[in-house]
Amino acid sequence: MSSTLVGSSVAGDPGSLQRTKPRYGEKVIKGILVMAAGVSVLTTFGIVLSILIPSIEFFSEVPIQDFLFGTEWTPLFADGEFGVVPLVTGTLVITGIAIVIAIPFGLGAAVYLSEFASPRVRKTVKPTLEVLAGIPTVVFGFFALEFLTQVVLVKIWPDIDIFNALSAGLIMGVMIIPTIASLSEDAMSAVPSGMRDGSYALGSSKRQTAMFVVIPAALSGIVAAFVLGISRAIGETMIVTIAAGLQPNLSFNPLEGMQTMTSYIAAAGSGDLSTGSIEYKSIFAVGLLLFIITFFMNTISIGLVRKFRQVYQ
Amino acid sequence: MSTAEFNTLTSLEGELMSQRETAEIEMAARDISVWFGKRKVLEGVNIDFPKRSVTALIGPSGCGKSTFIRTLNRLHELIPGAALAGQVLYEGSDIYSRDVDPVQIRLKVGMVFQKPNPFPSMTIRGNVLSGLKLSGMKRDNHDDIVEKTLRSAGLWNEVKDRLNAAAGDLSGGQQQRLVIARALAVQPHVLLMDEPCSALDPASTLKIEETIRELSKEMTIIIVTHNMQQAVRVSDSTAFFLAAENEPGHVVEQGATTEIFGNPQDQRTLDYVNGRFG
Ligand SMILES: Nc1ncnc2c1ncn2[C@@H]1O[C@H](COP(=O)(O)OP(=O)(O)OP(=O)(O)O)[C@@H](O)[C@H]1O
Ligand SMILES: [Mg+2]
Repeated sequence: MSSTLVGSSVAGDPGSLQRTKPRYGEKVIKGILVMAAGVSVLTTFGIVLSILIPSIEFFSEVPIQDFLFGTEWTPLFADGEFGVVPLVTGTLVITGIAIVIAIPFGLGAAVYLSEFASPRVRKTVKPTLEVLAGIPTVVFGFFALEFLTQVVLVKIWPDIDIFNALSAGLIMGVMIIPTIASLSEDAMSAVPSGMRDGSYALGSSKRQTAMFVVIPAALSGIVAAFVLGISRAIGETMIVTIAAGLQPNLSFNPLEGMQTMTSYIAAAGSGDLSTGSIEYKSIFAVGLLLFIITFFMNTISIGLVRKFRQVYQ
Repeated sequence: MSTAEFNTLTSLEGELMSQRETAEIEMAARDISVWFGKRKVLEGVNIDFPKRSVTALIGPSGCGKSTFIRTLNRLHELIPGAALAGQVLYEGSDIYSRDVDPVQIRLKVGMVFQKPNPFPSMTIRGNVLSGLKLSGMKRDNHDDIVEKTLRSAGLWNEVKDRLNAAAGDLSGGQQQRLVIARALAVQPHVLLMDEPCSALDPASTLKIEETIRELSKEMTIIIVTHNMQQAVRVSDSTAFFLAAENEPGHVVEQGATTEIFGNPQDQRTLDYVNGRFG
């Protein structure tokens, strides 16, 4: 109030307001930032385009229903079949095993860290978990093949394949535990402490508070963590390539070797297929399917996280 | 004197006692001191809470009112690094003694918080019954409990047609009355209220004050408030907390509310209740 009065009486005419000097430094920085954003948008666009074009060519030779519903995947045979179902079931079986491991352990770890652990334990364990998430997947893959299959699993099932879905799935489950634990823990710690107080004040124990109050309140965040973990499992390549083998196999027996969408892409992509051949283009068709599946899962997960945020703001 | 005569005499005496201020003590704090880590935040608090009375706890921000009220149902001990000395007597026995289960205490001593905290994943009805579910209490006629407690909390008419709506859809004032109903459903004997109206509009505030007066016919209520008029309107007795700079909080003065506000003995109390406090 008073400053306006002083300002107008001193300055006299309003035209004396000075124009701000152009700030070149700011413009340069803004330009760099716009470029950085542009590069990542363009790259994404480029990737989508470079998958899409060969895929369209592929589907002009192989009918899309044959691709989606065909049960034979033999691209390297003389008269190859391009039914993607065996790759999809391979992916589903291995991902399924991974989920069965990762969800209970990941959620259990999250509940422990957020509801039971002392602040000091939480402060040391959580970063350690996140380090676990940073171990190169090739290491996990060799561990699955060399140790889990050949030392442990053969003792239980002597006729298990050397390359099998079970070891790949189990180790992949271990790999995504930290993702699920860490994100679920974030969701649970974000539940206002007033909610817990309310529950304790009604005479409930820590376990009941976690089960009936905190987990339901954090549910969409927890489900988002699951979905993200699952989409990591679906997209995981190295473990399955090393430990599950490269045999397209329409089977639900986890003791057998299987090929997944990702391990087909990795194997075929590193082989010597001639550019422009139908086998070569099949890589992109599988890639497109994989892209659509993970994109779909991530969209669900982001939507859930957003919904969760809205509840507590 | 025969036993019969003696009995009549003592019961007469009992009636006289309850008519006077020195009614039966339901709860009492005995020399309560509290620490967070190494920092002492409360020192030597002694307060009696007579049965079916309303006691207001007043004092400037940060003097330890919330901390104190949370010692009365053992919520205090859930904070990492929190420590406590002294006794809290409930019906004469210390709630902190080793053989006491905090869960049992919290069922007898309910609490309503400053921020309404209904469980967002539950319906209105689910929230009211949540205490029974969480504590594993078996009670029949849930419908009656829902109606009775929502009526006591002054919310029944507003929600009776949408008991299965999400609790998060209610307004702040309605949510606060909902959590009061939730606290009442487990039939506590004491109700702790930490600034229950601080987030509410005047109309909701008056509704809750009405509720408090109604409830005080059946239970003991302890309420923290920053609103002097509210303390006058709802409480029978008042305790004034104060913490000097870098000193733990303590009770400067306590007594009948009319005395504390009308004729305080301590200059600091006089300044505070008249709004002359920094
Ligand atoms: N969890 C905690 N950890 C450490 N210190 C705390 C904690 N809770 C409260 N304190 C400290 O204890 C003192 C008393 O806090 P308290 O919340 O009891 O005050 P209050 O009287 O309720 O204040 P207000 O009127 O603002 O609610 C404050 O100095 C505060 O910093
Ligand atoms: Mg407080």
